[in-house]
Amino acid sequence: MEIQTFEHDVLVIGAGGAGMRAAIEAADAGCSVGLVCKSLLGKAHTVMAEGGIAAALGNVDDRDGWKTHFADTMRGGQYVNNSRMAELHAKEAPERVRELEQWGAVFDRTKDGKILQRNFGGHRYPRLAHVGDRTGLEIIRTLQDHSVHKSQVAVYMECCITKLLKDGERVVGALGYYREKGRFVLFKAKAVIIATGGLGKAFEITSNSWEYTGDGYSLAYHAGAELLDMEFIQFHPTGMVWPPSVRGILVTEGVRGEGGVLRNKDGKRFMFDDIPENYRNQTAKDIEEGWRYTQGDKHAMRPPELLTRDHVARCINREVKAGRGSPHGGVYLDISWIKERIPNAREYIKKKLPSMYHQFMELGGIDITTEAMEVGPTTHYTMGGIRVDGDTQMSNVPGLFAAGESAAGLHGANRLGGNSLSDLLVFGKRAGEYAAKYAQQQQPGWIDEAEVKASMDWALHFMDAPKGDENPYKLQQDLQKSMQALVGIVRKEDEMLTALEKIKGYNERALKVAAPANREYNPGWHTCMDLSNLLTVSEALTRCAIERKESRGAQFRDDFPEKSKEFGEVNMIIKKAPDGAMQLRREPIKPLTDELQGVIKEIG
Amino acid sequence: MSSIGSAAAATRTFKVWRGERGTGEFKSFTAEISPGMVVLDAIHQIQATQAPDLACRWNCKAGKCGSCSAEVNGKPRLMCLTRMESLPDGDVTVTPMKSFPSIKDLVTDVSWNYEQNKKITPFTPAKRGAAGVAADGTFRMQQVDVERSQEFRKCIECFLCQDTCHVIRDHDKKEVFSGPRFFVRAASLEMHPVDTADREPFLKHTGGIGFCNITKCCTEVCPEHIKITDNAIIPLKERVADRYYDPVVMLWRWMFKKKG
Repeated sequence: MEIQTFEHDVLVIGAGGAGMRAAIEAADAGCSVGLVCKSLLGKAHTVMAEGGIAAALGNVDDRDGWKTHFADTMRGGQYVNNSRMAELHAKEAPERVRELEQWGAVFDRTKDGKILQRNFGGHRYPRLAHVGDRTGLEIIRTLQDHSVHKSQVAVYMECCITKLLKDGERVVGALGYYREKGRFVLFKAKAVIIATGGLGKAFEITSNSWEYTGDGYSLAYHAGAELLDMEFIQFHPTGMVWPPSVRGILVTEGVRGEGGVLRNKDGKRFMFDDIPENYRNQTAKDIEEGWRYTQGDKHAMRPPELLTRDHVARCINREVKAGRGSPHGGVYLDISWIKERIPNAREYIKKKLPSMYHQFMELGGIDITTEAMEVGPTTHYTMGGIRVDGDTQMSNVPGLFAAGESAAGLHGANRLGGNSLSDLLVFGKRAGEYAAKYAQQQQPGWIDEAEVKASMDWALHFMDAPKGDENPYKLQQDLQKSMQALVGIVRKEDEMLTALEKIKGYNERALKVAAPANREYNPGWHTCMDLSNLLTVSEALTRCAIERKESRGAQFRDDFPEKSKEFGEVNMIIKKAPDGAMQLRREPIKPLTDELQGVIKEIG
Repeated sequence: MSSIGSAAAATRTFKVWRGERGTGEFKSFTAEISPGMVVLDAIHQIQATQAPDLACRWNCKAGKCGSCSAEVNGKPRLMCLTRMESLPDGDVTVTPMKSFPSIKDLVTDVSWNYEQNKKITPFTPAKRGAAGVAADGTFRMQQVDVERSQEFRKCIECFLCQDTCHVIRDHDKKEVFSGPRFFVRAASLEMHPVDTADREPFLKHTGGIGFCNITKCCTEVCPEHIKITDNAIIPLKERVADRYYDPVVMLWRWMFKKKG
């Protein structure tokens, strides 16, 4: 079969923030770069990031610095983070933000003309550089406009990768197809960077779009890479819950950062009822102190609405289950109340949260300047992912790198808001830099044509299957419902074992999914292929969640509601065994260096 | 609380344009309507239950990515922001954007837009120590001064303004005209407080801003409510007019044979 072939030094799969930042870095290092995106360029999920990018610039509160950012990230991640990544992230994020400004990003400003920073959950000081509530769009567009002028970067839009190709141990290329015509395309590359984002589409209620089917994890896993701590899935506490068609769409944490409060149906600020011990001395004692914090009082502690996302999501879940929720199964998030405290509150809200105002106005018929929003948890982010070396972002497979949400380690058991945009830039850059270095030392690899052919045959077999046997959309929905119900915010061993059984059944059904019609822009066919990735990652995360018999960060086990010392010292590692079975092992976490231990002691 | 009631399930007929590379026809589908539903939900429902190969683009489903552009009852819209309740009774027609070549069903070839972007001189900041740039290279800009640029940077590249612009839609001047989206992009750079590049030659010669006769159709369809005509195109047109058509400057240039 004739197949279109391209050759690059570095192939970047995924063109969100991490992928584009990696492509820019590798191009600047003199490499020829292929940048593959599943959608059109500039549409990746990074645009959905709203609140800001965390970096200890110290523009608003000069007490901030890398040590505090590091300590906050480790505390938020419940100390199962890769401490080296947390260190590099805290140290390098400010430089990455300043660099974006040099490339044309227009952040909101302080009174003295510097980049403005706002409060966010789990961050001790105002730390999030932002542009209203559309920071992700600003970052995507800045990177996009910066990279389009680089002749060394070739962009392949609406192109989906189905297989990584290896020469011995080394990754040497990838096979994919163009969504438009359904034609196959072969990329030969000396290094491959995975930056494909997360797996939100494994769940029914999610802020993620159709693209987030765990492709990168699955591609890497099948190529022999290790996946780390897949059980840690972030359920963002505030997604829209009503009307049904918008269920799961994100409501930025920035609402709470600007003074928004959570109430149950009785009007009670329920977040004051349950403040975790390790955050008690960082949390406001009463409503007054919480308000003063949001207004920039440096002596006040943050309101409990700005506790970490895992905790807030569970509290909302608890209120709803106890019958104290809102009419459509959420709780109330109210920013309109600030009119009692500040003049021109309406204009202030519209200025600070413009896209939230429009989102609720246009999709929910709610004016957030006068009414409370109804919100509930939504699957948002994958803390786990491809295990990488903290400095270079290379996986255990030579030549295979990962960055951003596809890589694991930085966030531990729970990610702080704002730390993903900084993650993209810091580790996107590092992945690009080290992939370029690696590629420059390599000779082109050998492509196994039999492997390519087998992979194409697999893709095409969905066309040959008898029509209507199994509907891929229906199977995807069934999987999402099972994962939501059985491996969601509150987990139990017996339910998760049921989930594994169900996944086994879905895998059998997946053999029979069919995509009638031809290969031209056929979403049914694309869904057949995405399903295989979704099933792989659903199994991986369920297995990890069963094995971690404790509650930590985003993982809450009803049957093991406490944190355990034993599990606090290990990561879960998933690897494909030689016989094709999914293997899970625990691996001890590398202890903190003396310096970093000192930082945590010093910061508290 | 919510203005959206929990009305009993109803159905609506959708006439969706189906075909490949310009040839095709309307096909009728029936979709169940639930409260608060948007047109994109109906398209997904049709895809999942009746036409698995129905092609459409979408990503965020929240009006933030600009992928699901199409024409609903003939009007350029984002399908994810078009609530069923906002449409008049009767059949709903859904067609692809008319100004771009058809690929399949609701998907069009928008690559021309990406080519336009490459023609615009990128952000070119002033040097250290210049106005607005501190000694360490970081910028000092007042909020009020960045707001003009920020308005344009809200653009989500849905290309609905390009689709509706009659210079593109009716006159197909794609060879000599970049369209409102890229005037907005140029404006975001030109009005950046520390940018130093000169994009007026682009606007006049390559971008063809002179073809725009300010009908404001682009502003009307912008889902981000950017005042494209008033705030971006008119000020840029004025700059171009001042430079190239001011009689005094023209005379000066004629006398000294300067071309710009």
